[in-house]
Order: sequence, then structure tokens, then C-alpha cells
Amino acid sequence: MKFFMIHLMPYADMDLDYDKSHNSAWVTLPNTYFDPKKGPALYNRFIDELAYADELGFDGVCVNEHHQNAYGLMPIPGVIAGALARQTKTVKIAVLGRALPLLTYPLSVAEEYAMLDNISNGRLIAGFVRGIGAEYHSTGVNPAESHDRFHEAHDLILQAWTRPGPSRYEGKYYHFEYVNTWPRVVQQPHPPIWIPSQGSTETINWASHPSRKYVYLQTFSPADQLKRFMDMYRAQAEKYGYQASPQQLGWATPVYVSDTDEQARREAKPHIEAFYNKFLRMPFEMLIPPGYLSLASMAAVGNKARAAAAGASATTIDSVMERGMFICGSPDSVVQQLEYHQKNVGYGKLIAMMQFGTLPHDLTRRNMELFAQKVMPRLRHIGEDAEPRVDAAE
Amino acid sequence: MSEPRESFETIAGCKVRLLRSGKGAPLLFLHGAGGAGVWLPFYDMLAQTRDVIVPEHPGFGHSDMPDWLDTVGDLANFYLEFIGKLGLRDVDLVGTSLGGWIAADLAVRNATALRHLVLLSPAGIHLPGVPKGDVFLWNPEQRVRNLFHDQALADKMLAMTPDDEERKRQNKNALTTARVGWQPRFYDPNLRKWLHRIDRPTLIVWGDDDKVFPPAYGPAYRDLIPGATLEIVKDCGHLPHVEKAAETAALVTKFIGA
Repeated sequence: MKFFMIHLMPYADMDLDYDKSHNSAWVTLPNTYFDPKKGPALYNRFIDELAYADELGFDGVCVNEHHQNAYGLMPIPGVIAGALARQTKTVKIAVLGRALPLLTYPLSVAEEYAMLDNISNGRLIAGFVRGIGAEYHSTGVNPAESHDRFHEAHDLILQAWTRPGPSRYEGKYYHFEYVNTWPRVVQQPHPPIWIPSQGSTETINWASHPSRKYVYLQTFSPADQLKRFMDMYRAQAEKYGYQASPQQLGWATPVYVSDTDEQARREAKPHIEAFYNKFLRMPFEMLIPPGYLSLASMAAVGNKARAAAAGASATTIDSVMERGMFICGSPDSVVQQLEYHQKNVGYGKLIAMMQFGTLPHDLTRRNMELFAQKVMPRLRHIGEDAEPRVDAAE
Repeated sequence: MSEPRESFETIAGCKVRLLRSGKGAPLLFLHGAGGAGVWLPFYDMLAQTRDVIVPEHPGFGHSDMPDWLDTVGDLANFYLEFIGKLGLRDVDLVGTSLGGWIAADLAVRNATALRHLVLLSPAGIHLPGVPKGDVFLWNPEQRVRNLFHDQALADKMLAMTPDDEERKRQNKNALTTARVGWQPRFYDPNLRKWLHRIDRPTLIVWGDDDKVFPPAYGPAYRDLIPGATLEIVKDCGHLPHVEKAAETAALVTKFIGA
């Protein structure tokens, strides 16, 4: 198994009573809740935490992109990835989203990722996402164009990396006469591509296509959903005529390790509950604007998502642990849980969120240390591919 | 209330459903973001003196979702073809909200087949400093409450629960509304430059308590269309033809003539 640490870089100094007067930590929450005096320490602490993962022997670190919210302070994740490219030596650096449809000039992502691939000497993993629905309220980009813009931007970026320039790109939303990206990527023909998603048939069918075989990441989902979408990926791969390998499948989930189950639960409780109830809080209309999902997906998940959004503020540590949305306990029981899900679901990459919500620095570091020293070594042997992946550059 | 006739027409490769009732010169009614699933009392009032035709726009309700649909301009061109295909002449064109935007855009392009233009709280322009309500961020209850001045009417609307098929049509309507109206939000920056081309008598109606497009949009719209008349309906929200059906029908009938 491969181990990555993801950081959302939440505004951990958040006044958690904000929800007495605001219905979400996103889009419309006044940015006056952000104290400029606290920003520098917070950012530098979080960068240090990711850099520490390099020292501890994680395989990689992950950053991602969200806009106008207290949940994740990386509207431009490349800034953090750039710092990490210099501060780390061996870890892969995964930027799990640039949200492509939000851009009018997606070639900027081809450029940014190529720069990161050069500075890190080929350690970049390129993540592409559509962004969650809230980003469409924040940026004004039309959610009904999201799918098509994503596919066009993706094709454009791949063309920029793989076809000698200058070449021409002629799409509906993007049209460029001169696609000629400097610098070129170090990893040839292109860096590994990961597709994080909350789960959608369309995304899985696309990512698993034999011309792509992209790593699919299921993010922050209940265990039954995780299983459903991982099975869906494998089934779709079989329909395409090949067998999906464990290393094509990743699972992103919050993880907390302490000396005993009881201690882990006690230490994590306020912070994981803040993560789900406060930082992730948003109404359905913000999460899923019209057009963001296809009408078929809307009919399939719309009502469920509406109900989930309505009940999102009543999450407890027990309810998320029960649903497999939080892995928490002593090293032994964390090993056991991850092993159980690995056997059940077949993932080969674990994307562990080791800081969540308000979790302070000392507990985050301890969590990382225990995980790296007492959990990772015992799971290394599972979730590996029978043969090395014949992926582009991995 | 009379029973309208339901029929389907295929135009530009897109099958649309229309409801039709009444006798006289044609009156084409273009619905708003909520669709035109049901026949309204307002249509019946107009059907006393007109052949009232209420299509569901491409991408709405029972009509097809065509590949070519991206903008309100596409819908304006569609209805020009629609008018041609149905052989309509001397049309009184009435549009509400999103449908008002389509009607205004159509009239800018080609008003040859039109006799009168009636715009009920139309979308289509933007007034700097006068924000529109964010219909996409409002939850279903806020949306209904903000559509009406009379909250008893809103209560009545909220008491109705749609079945699965109706919910699917609502999702479809919302998707198409976003497709054509999300960005820029419910307007076309180029429309205002050419509204002066409209050379048909134009009536604009606005509710004095419109929370979707504030009443300040009324005079602004009027001033962009030569000779246009503006009527303000008192104690009325965004949908004068629903909330004040009789009063609005009387205004329209007076304007277009019996």
C-alpha cells in the first residue's frame, strides 16, 4: 500500500459559533472571520506538517483547491506545492485539483504543473477536478457547463504536454491557436494523473477508460459508498477489457491514531466533529447547483444529497466512525480497520487526512508519527499490484 | 376554466409541447424559469379574446433538451422559427421573467410577425448597483417566499409536494435556467445596446415588491425601449400574472385591445 498525507489547511482558528448567524462556512461567510494576524503562523505550521510527512517516510503529500471558505485555505494550491517542492526531498507532491472548469485559460494549469514537475524533479502528481458546487457560486462559472469544460480543459492540457508545440486546440469553450507550453514536463509523456471525486458514474467511466486508466480517489465518503464506487470502477474496467489494479484506486479519509482507542476518541472528538459539522457545513443549493450533476445523477442522488445536507450539522464522532468516514483508534485498531476496508474494497492508495478541523499542531504531529511508525509498516505488503503499473510515468 | 388542447411541434430538431386555448389573433406566451406545466387562470382570461399559445421552451418540462441550446439568443431564434412554422402573424408576444428576456431578444432580432410586446418583470438587462435575488442560492422555501408578496399564497404553494416526475421536470427546468442564465446572471450585456430597435408598442409590468428583479429594473427597461409603457402592480411580487392575475390580465387586454 502507498501512503499519502493530505492537508486541507482549514482556518483552524475559526470561531465555531459562526453558525449561529451564518448557514455555511463557504461562499457567503464573511472573510472578516479570518484574522490576518493568525494567517502567517497557520500557513507555515501547515506547510511544516506536510514537510514532516517527507521525513516520516510517507510516499506523498497532497494539497487541493477550494475557494472562499474556512474549510480549506488553498485557493491556489500551487503556491503550497511550490514551497513543498523545495522543502521536501523524496515525497510525491499531489495537487488534487486544480478545478479545471473554473478557468478561462486552462493552459495555466499545464504551465503551473510543468513548473512544479521541474522544480520537484519529477515528483508531481497531477490532479484534475471539477470543484464542488460551491466553487460555481464563488467564481460565477456556469455549473451547467462544468462537465464539458472539464473534458475540454483536460484534453487541452494533455495536448500541451504530449504534442510538440505549437499545436492548435479547437473546442467549444476553449480555442487556442498556439498551444506551446514552456517548460515541458519532466515526467514523460506526462505526470501521473489522479481524479478525486465524491463518486459519479460519468467520472468513473471516463477515468477508467483504457486510454486513461487514471487513479480514481474516493473522497470523504461512507464505507458503503466507497465500496460501491470502487466496485463500479473495477466493473467498468472489465467492460473495457482489462483488470483494474489496486494502485488505480485510492481512498481519502481522515485518520487519527493515539495510544489507545479511548484516548484517540477523546482527543479527536471535538476536532472531527468540527470538521464535519462546522467546516463542511453548507446547504444543498450551495453544494449542488443546477447543472452541476447530470439529470440522471440528480434523479439518483439528488434527494439523498438533499437529506444529507440537511442532517450535516448533527454528525458525531460515533456516527462517522460507524459509517467508515473516520478511521480512529490505537495503532492496532487503525491497522485492523484499514486492512478490513482494503480487503473489502481493494484500494491500494490511502490518502490520510492527519489534520482535520481544529486539530492542533502537537496532536497532528503525534498522529503522523504513530501512523508512520506503527501503522504504515504493517500495511505496506497489501494493496500492491501484482505487476508494476504500466502507467505513464509511475 | 377551459381545457386547453395539448400538442407537440418539432422545430429545429426539437420537439416542444404546447398548450393552446381561445379564439382570435394569436397570443404567444413565453414562460419563466419555473416552466409552464399547468394552465393558469391568467391564460384563460386572455383566451377570451385571443388564441393563447403556451409552449414549454426547449430544455423545459415535457419538451426536448436540444444539443444546440446554450443561450437565450438560441431560444429567441427558436421562437422566430416557431412563429414561422406555425404561420403566426400579428402576434401579441407576452413573456415573463426568463420568457420576457427571450421575447425582448426576439423582438430586437425580428419583430415582423409581432403586433404588441408585453414584458412581465423580464430578465435580460443589468442595473449596476441593483443586485438581483440569488434564486440559485435560495432554498426551495426561500425561493417560493421570495417570489410572492402575499405569503398566504406562498404557504399554499409550499403545501404542494411534487411527485417524482414533477420533481424531474423541476430539475430539468432549473438546469436549463442555469445554462442560459447563470453567467452573466440573467442578462446579456449586448441586449441593452439594441433594445431601441424594438418598433412595436411595448408594455412592461412590474410588481412593486419583486424580490427577484427589484422594481428599479422597471423604469430602466422602459427607458431602453422607445415609447414603452410601464405599469407597476401594487402588493405584488415577481409573478404579476400569478399573484395578481385579473389585474394583470386587465392591463394586458387594455394594451393589446379586445
